Amino acid sequence: MSPRSFISVDGVWKSFDAHPVLRGISLKVARHSATVLIGASGSGKSTLLRCINALETVDAGQIVVNQELDVTAFSADLDAIRRRIGIVFQSFNLFPHMRVLENITLGPTRVLKKSKEESVAAAMELLARFGLEAKALDYPDRLSGGQAQRVAIVRALAMEPEIMLFDEITSALDPMLVGEVLDSVRELRAGGLTIVMATHEMSFAKEIADQVCFLREGVVWESGTAAEVFEAPQHAETKSFLHRVT
Amino acid sequence: MNTPAPGADMVFIDPLRQERSRKKARRDALVGMASLLGFVVVIVLLVGRSSGWETVQKTFFNGDQFVESFPGLLQAFWLNVRIFLIAEPLILIIGLLVALARTLKSPIFLPVRVLATLYVDIFRGVPTILVIFLLGFGMPALQLPGVPSDAIFWGTAALVLSYGAYVAEVFRAGIGSVHPSQAMAARSLGLSSLQTTRFVVLPQAVRNVTPPLLNDFISLQKDTALVAVLGPIEVLRRAQIDTSSNFNYTPYVGAALIFIALTIPMTRFADWASARSARKRRAGGVA
Repeated sequence: MSPRSFISVDGVWKSFDAHPVLRGISLKVARHSATVLIGASGSGKSTLLRCINALETVDAGQIVVNQELDVTAFSADLDAIRRRIGIVFQSFNLFPHMRVLENITLGPTRVLKKSKEESVAAAMELLARFGLEAKALDYPDRLSGGQAQRVAIVRALAMEPEIMLFDEITSALDPMLVGEVLDSVRELRAGGLTIVMATHEMSFAKEIADQVCFLREGVVWESGTAAEVFEAPQHAETKSFLHRVT
Repeated sequence: MNTPAPGADMVFIDPLRQERSRKKARRDALVGMASLLGFVVVIVLLVGRSSGWETVQKTFFNGDQFVESFPGLLQAFWLNVRIFLIAEPLILIIGLLVALARTLKSPIFLPVRVLATLYVDIFRGVPTILVIFLLGFGMPALQLPGVPSDAIFWGTAALVLSYGAYVAEVFRAGIGSVHPSQAMAARSLGLSSLQTTRFVVLPQAVRNVTPPLLNDFISLQKDTALVAVLGPIEVLRRAQIDTSSNFNYTPYVGAALIFIALTIPMTRFADWASARSARKRRAGGVA
């Protein structure tokens, strides 16, 4: 099982205040696949995602995208990396002083230097695809949690990324609203986007994942297909984690 | 949409209860007015019966003196207004630049950061009137070529420097009040750090500190009177001159009334703005 890796994480270390969160973690992600990271809080899922799009700098190791873009190089063009790799956060982080449409077109107009008309047209198309076109002119405080998170997804998509990172995007939501957000992820998965997702939604992980990685103590403790990890975990720690969350 | 639950769109109003609450409101208003009236009566009696009241009335609240001095005071006040109108935009610019300088993180900018910090420490630490004295008398004495020796110029400059330091701190607090996750989200979209500050952090920061900024405006309106110590004939100086030529203090009261006429509407506006911003933040607090 050795997919031609689109994202290659190799021996990455990352500490915060001398407290190591990632301890030489390695993993490979194939193009157009969905990788789901599971594990307890503090196991390094979020930190790994933030390292992949260079929101955090790594202490050691290397992350390479498409065998050409070294995210961890000193000379790396961070803005270029973030254009190609989108991320959606647990707490939405929409800009409260901008309307939904402005939230979405900020990146395309300011970073990709697209014209206003083009950005707005593309944004409206994306909003329509996610059933949000009626919300285009609202401010974020008028949105439900599920709508806000879907707008955050659209905002990331508007940059036309090759990879999307989802950092526990349903954890801050009312259980009633989780479904609509997961539907959006399903749709992106079907569209062939490369996805890396940290989540506590085990049934969704089972459904969507090509690869499941169980993180523990800053490394990939066990990985495999969803069936392998969920149905026949090899390690006692994986078993006990799955037992606790399901 | 779904059919609403029965009665969902109706508000049931109990007429009896409504009548009772109307009565209570009327009673509260009456009690409040009576209490205020009683308070005023007591004060008037106390002051009016004091032995020095007649002298005070003659020297501070003299109608003739008031009528005589007021037009001159108003004219002099125009200088205060001009000082304020020139100083305020400069203060906002300096305050914003200094606050931004203090948030620069790269080690290359250490000198800028040190200078900005030094500026704030010094001008926030020295009383405004002392800055006015030092600049107003010190700078012209240097006799540098090309440097104006005008008292109004240096008085205004002193106000700008002094208030700039305060406003810089207000802006800095505003920048600090924007959650770091906002900047992270902007960076994750590929925005540069400058773009992040300009489009995401600053607009929110300014909105958060509008009420305290308005407070500083009000303060500045009053402190334009401090420039009087350098000699220009603004409203306080005008009142001082009138007072000493007629041995009557009524012009001071006139000057005070002029300031109040300007600051009270401004204060109400600041209250309104801060209430609105509090409401907005509560509404937006979820996301």
